[in-house]
Amino acid sequence: MSKIWVYIDQFKGQALPTSWEGIGAAKMLAEQLGGGVTILIFGKNVEPIAAEAFQYGADEVLLADDASLDDYRSEPYTALLAKLARESNPEVILFPTTTRGRELAAMAAIDLNTGVLPDVTGLEVKDGSLVAIRPIYAGKLLSKVTCLTRPQLVTLRGRAFTKPILDASHTGTLTKFSPVLSEADIPTKVESYAAGEAGVSLSDANVIVSGGRGVSNNPSLTPPAGMDEKQAEIWKAQQGFKLIEDLALVLHAAVGASRAAVDAGYIPYAHQVGQTGKVVSPDLYIACGISGAIQHQAGMRTSKVIVAINRDPEAPIFKLARYGVAGDLYTIIPALTESFRKRLGK
Amino acid sequence: MNRHQTRSWIYIVILILNTILSNITNIERRLDLKIAVCVKQVPDSAAKLVAIDGKANWGDSPLVINPWDEYAVEAALLQAEAHNGSVIAITIGGEGSKEALKHALAMGCSDAILISDPSLVQTDSQVISRVLAAAIQKLGEVDLAFLGRQAIDTDTGLAAAQTARLLGWPALTLVAVISNVDPSARTIQVQRSAEEGRLTVSAKLPAVLSIVKDFGEPRYPSFMGIRKASRAVIPVWSLADLGLSNLQSNIQWLEVLNTPQRQITTEMITGGSPQEIAETLVDKILAEKIL
Repeated sequence: MSKIWVYIDQFKGQALPTSWEGIGAAKMLAEQLGGGVTILIFGKNVEPIAAEAFQYGADEVLLADDASLDDYRSEPYTALLAKLARESNPEVILFPTTTRGRELAAMAAIDLNTGVLPDVTGLEVKDGSLVAIRPIYAGKLLSKVTCLTRPQLVTLRGRAFTKPILDASHTGTLTKFSPVLSEADIPTKVESYAAGEAGVSLSDANVIVSGGRGVSNNPSLTPPAGMDEKQAEIWKAQQGFKLIEDLALVLHAAVGASRAAVDAGYIPYAHQVGQTGKVVSPDLYIACGISGAIQHQAGMRTSKVIVAINRDPEAPIFKLARYGVAGDLYTIIPALTESFRKRLGK
Repeated sequence: MNRHQTRSWIYIVILILNTILSNITNIERRLDLKIAVCVKQVPDSAAKLVAIDGKANWGDSPLVINPWDEYAVEAALLQAEAHNGSVIAITIGGEGSKEALKHALAMGCSDAILISDPSLVQTDSQVISRVLAAAIQKLGEVDLAFLGRQAIDTDTGLAAAQTARLLGWPALTLVAVISNVDPSARTIQVQRSAEEGRLTVSAKLPAVLSIVKDFGEPRYPSFMGIRKASRAVIPVWSLADLGLSNLQSNIQWLEVLNTPQRQITTEMITGGSPQEIAETLVDKILAEKIL
């Protein structure tokens, strides 16, 4: 069995795309530490994910397919992961920094009496140990950390490592395992699941279009009669976010928002980018009507290209932006959407 | 007796009756919830941070209760109010960390405990979780322990799950809604947030919960709360008080670095019409070859 393991996070039998970035990171580590890459897949009806894993370069898959593993639950997943790790003593287990990946790594670390390097953006091997770079203070600083015990558990930040190219001819060995806990031993039950909003998720997005407080600032809009001041403001902001959504659709982008926009009730919290929201690093970040408070900057400053559209030419966001437009987002965004639609042939 | 005096007497009688009644109900309700909430003191989210000699430095920015923990305190207080319970706030840190506890007290927590020990410097989440788990056990008969989703300084987001694992309690992390808590049946039902939406999960008490922002805005400390908190005597527990010794961090911090400086030259795009501006901007963005 290889020294380097990768846990694949799945939901309802589908691997989360960010999971495959772990195989990319594992291959890089395997070149230095030697050996192949072992993949862990837990769930129910998840054998097709194993086939995918081989194509992404897995040498070996450890598969546990059982009704008790249908929905992720920390107890049966942690117990199984810890048992497998105790039996085979891997050097490294990589997880994606998803809600489940982070929690599973945290709990397995207790069972295995080891450490977790969470939300890592860079990895290197030094004297046989991993040295990880991880952003702290929402990316205002970086920390260099290492794990003194084995296995070294690491959760990888989405988009920080490259997903391998699919190779349909690559194969490996598949070993099946049974769960450790029986249903009666599991103290939690997943009763139901309510889907969130459809659309591109912020963490996976190549492109993000975000709106801020300025999105409600269109003097030429007249809200429907009978609204009080607050309702009218939210209504105006929602008209503004419709323009942002149109642009996002053309760019296959996720929709983000500043904390000010979320706190004002313009858009749900799931869209918040910043220190108390999501920290993102897309290739293109278009900030519309966002002044650029330090907490927002912390959440998006590592984006490759930042575009800012804001009425106020003195807004701090322009200091981060590669391109800036000092103007009215209500006219600029629709023109931008139209222009991209033509040029991208959509 | 004038009208004013009569009214005063009525108030006094009502007050006495209230006290008697609440004492009676307190005796009858043996199903009180005992709740712990774990908080951390961190530099304010508006702080400008610089790495100096491999360590984080926040200048003269104030230290505040971790913003995520305020949601945990709010959730804890709401449960206490709904089930005639009490909330004890716990933190780990130096004397200065009492400020975070005072904020929790001012919000409405009834007690606070500071865990302070010279060996608890630069520890990892596993050690912190061992200390929190031991403190929760020392409090005894805790039904619910609340934490924030992560601390905005170290951003690890591990403590809730690890504390739960050490206690052997269900870990209900990233909770957006607490749908039901039944102290007599010893059950809890929550909605947890995940990438795909919300999962309704039920579990047995005691349990550890971490709370996300969707839960709802935390209350502001009240004037009375602030006065009470300023006078509060906060006990300090050492590791020995918790029966702990020789805690070893598995993670070692090598150094803290500044983020690489990016040389950004901002190019302002202008034009005679929105269309013209848009065309120029799209040209520029496409030339970056990122789409």
